[in-house]
Amino acid sequence: MNMETLYQEIILDHYRHPRGKGLREPFEAEVHHVNPSCGDEITLRVQVDEGVIQDISYDATGCSISQAATSVMYEQLVGQPLDQVWPVVEEFVRLIEGRGKVEPNEDVLGDGIAFAGVASFPARVKCALLGWMAFKDATLQALGKDFT
Amino acid sequence: MTLLDVDTLRKDFPILERSVRGDRRLVYLDSGATSQKPYAVLNAERDFYELHNAAVHRGNHQLAEEATDAYEQARATVAGFIGAAADEVVFTRNATEALNMVAYAFSNATLDGGPDRFTLRPGDEILITEMEHHANLVPWQQVAKRTGATLRWFGVTDDGRLDLDPDLITERTRIVAVTHQSNVLGTINPIARIAQMAHAVGAIVVVDACQSVPHMAVDVGDLGADFVAFSGHKMLGPTGIGCLWGRADLLAEMPPMLTGGSMIEQVFMDHSTFAPPPQRFEAGVPNIAQAVGLDAACRYLDAVGLQAIHDHEVHLTGLAIEGLNDIAGIRIIGPADLVDRGAAVSFVADGVHPHDLGQVLDDSGVAVRVGHHCAWPLHRRFSIPATTRASFYLYNDEDDVADLLAGTRRALEFFA
Repeated sequence: MNMETLYQEIILDHYRHPRGKGLREPFEAEVHHVNPSCGDEITLRVQVDEGVIQDISYDATGCSISQAATSVMYEQLVGQPLDQVWPVVEEFVRLIEGRGKVEPNEDVLGDGIAFAGVASFPARVKCALLGWMAFKDATLQALGKDFT
Repeated sequence: MTLLDVDTLRKDFPILERSVRGDRRLVYLDSGATSQKPYAVLNAERDFYELHNAAVHRGNHQLAEEATDAYEQARATVAGFIGAAADEVVFTRNATEALNMVAYAFSNATLDGGPDRFTLRPGDEILITEMEHHANLVPWQQVAKRTGATLRWFGVTDDGRLDLDPDLITERTRIVAVTHQSNVLGTINPIARIAQMAHAVGAIVVVDACQSVPHMAVDVGDLGADFVAFSGHKMLGPTGIGCLWGRADLLAEMPPMLTGGSMIEQVFMDHSTFAPPPQRFEAGVPNIAQAVGLDAACRYLDAVGLQAIHDHEVHLTGLAIEGLNDIAGIRIIGPADLVDRGAAVSFVADGVHPHDLGQVLDDSGVAVRVGHHCAWPLHRRFSIPATTRASFYLYNDEDDVADLLAGTRRALEFFA
């Protein structure tokens, strides 16, 4: 697994031009997550209305992988109904934690499959998941459930 | 100018023969996290298990005698390495445990009505620094929380030196805990001067020497501290072995952190008395083979010569600083000169996160550390989340520095 496989053009593009970045109102829940191993941080807000993700807004410092993964997530999930959001989150986590042995499902993940290479670099798994875990936490809070 | 015969030395370290990420030459620049091990250390540990393995300080069979002799010889060797008496050297699991041992002595004495020197009262102050590794920071936060003492700290200047504000050392100061050499900045702190100031008000001086003992000649007598902690694995020794050196009069009064087997004098159903130091602080069967490995590491370092190692590292550090300064967009976090500076070079790159920089370096075969290096408050002081750190040791050479610089340039181009 070489570096070019990890840093797909899609990832570099999202890193250089993050979509949906910045904190916005209205929002139903806000969370702050950190990656204790590198000090990266994200503040993320979610607005859910009538079972649909209306907005995900965020302010984050981090590496290209964490920034791009959050940006791709914004594109994939905003405007989606919750029952279509959870399978995407689940599939993304399964891919990233799959140690490179999980075949990515493009139908579910869309641009998210660009992160398949991350799974071969265990030290970067937390980077790719930082924004996604923050989203899961915030959304569950918005729905009145605990993050598990 | 190379003072060490690095090509010959490198042959003693089998791991340096391997390649990484395909067929890249391994350029190991992460000795600040842990050092690689020479055959002398690997063989010492193996010989111990093959020929002498037994639990120490118990049993009267021949193997038990041999194991005990080897373990106590290791203590004597380590003591000699730092200019100490053998019974002032306590073997621990690592430096973190050694520092916690002192911190817990204060907590335990305060809660149990223990000896006065280790008892803290509200209003007492513990003085640390903003450049501490978490291992010499978090335990003192905990002590302050448990005892009601107040935590204070010396700040760090923009060029990465300690801001030694003398007003911080007062009659209220009971403990001064400071690193000998910053694991991020490379800064070597003036311990003797700090100890003099601290002792003038009766404070106890605790030194984290993890980054100094492996890299330069350290004599605890000259250092002037009361406790000195360091790890074996950062000085060519195995993991699982570290040391706490303490002044004999303080160790004699110090309460233990862990209790149980081996550390007792007499045990009754309702109470026990404790052994004198160092046994009092070594409850349970210790890491014997690792102590034996550390013995071999000390001998190896002595044979090469600590002054030559230090001079060699300063030379490489100078090349690295000079080369990095020539790359547009790179900023070194730490002293720009080589005065009182060890071989850790941390830096940030415009537009490239350390994680990404480290990834490109790794792809080039260069192993560095990225992140906050367990010194998060220090990074906050410089308003950065993380740095990339290259750290040098006796087996690194000028080619390694050249590869670091080439890899850094490659990363800047890749993410431009």
